[in-house]
Amino acid sequence: MTLDEHLARLRTQLAGKAADQGLLDVAYTGLDSPLGPLTLAATPLGLVRVAFDNEPLEDVLGDLARKVSPRILRAPGRLDEARRELDDYFAGRRIIFDLPLDWALTSGFRREVLHATARIPYAATSTYGQVAAAAGRPKAYRAAGTALATNPIPIVVPCHRVRPASGGAGRYRGGEARKLQLLRLEAQEMPSA
Amino acid sequence: MTGLPPFEQVLDRYGADVWRFAAAQAGPAHADDIFQETMLAALAGYPQLRKPDSVKSWLFRIAARKAVDAARTRSRAPVPVAEIDAAAAVSAPPDLPEEELWAQVRALPPKQRQAVALRIVLDLPYDEIAAAMATSVAAARRNVHEALKTLRMEVAP
Repeated sequence: MTLDEHLARLRTQLAGKAADQGLLDVAYTGLDSPLGPLTLAATPLGLVRVAFDNEPLEDVLGDLARKVSPRILRAPGRLDEARRELDDYFAGRRIIFDLPLDWALTSGFRREVLHATARIPYAATSTYGQVAAAAGRPKAYRAAGTALATNPIPIVVPCHRVRPASGGAGRYRGGEARKLQLLRLEAQEMPSA
Repeated sequence: MTGLPPFEQVLDRYGADVWRFAAAQAGPAHADDIFQETMLAALAGYPQLRKPDSVKSWLFRIAARKAVDAARTRSRAPVPVAEIDAAAAVSAPPDLPEEELWAQVRALPPKQRQAVALRIVLDLPYDEIAAAMATSVAAARRNVHEALKTLRMEVAP
């Protein structure tokens, strides 16, 4: 066994001990998906970040270090349930995510918009104006658009279901192609469970 | 403002050096425990660390302290190396390419052993070695010098 392999095992063990002692503020892991590699991050409260690979991992973790805590370790265990539910979703076996979420990376009106977005059912779509209204500011559709374009938990908080009233797919943190891919996935008929 | 990097990055940069340092102080059989104790203590204090630039010396001060603690614990309850339960370790410690050298280092008196590991493994300047070991700079130099003489290595000016 090389020192690198040995250290990899020690680090796995360390992540477990850190979590047990309340020292693991942010755990993250990767997940392969039909939309490319994803990074998932969770605090003890819940899923805090889903990132596509158009954002460098270093930037994603650096942002979490500044805004949540620098106590960040790669630790897949905390993300097991999120990985399972996302796998099921992409396979067409799941239409509702049943995951605790941590909204720490968003606040104020943006957070209200995302709460409203989280209530849009599978395969349904809404408009920026409608979610702005649901968040209490019917005229703030532009601000709603910004909230959705900076959604820290895309896919699970389904901002892909919100489209401009004027037509088209609209902006998406993972790029427009991924937004369309998710809308197509949800438009397919569910296999009978 | 430069913030603290994610702790995962600290492990990437210094994890192997902390383990090597621990192995040099206490032998590979004890390095795993010292590594874990060091990193858990570091994680606990990490968000309060004021200067991101000083992560390295801060981390090795913790490691030096944990190595001393481990040696104290062992001297109170000595366990013959042969009786250490290998199954309790995550995996067999790797053979270090420089194993022969580190065996010589471990045979040095404690202060020399710590000082020379801080100097050679970590490349710490003498003032930081002094700070890590709570000695004067002159004493830090002397410890390293004596250690190197014993190890029959060339002494860098």
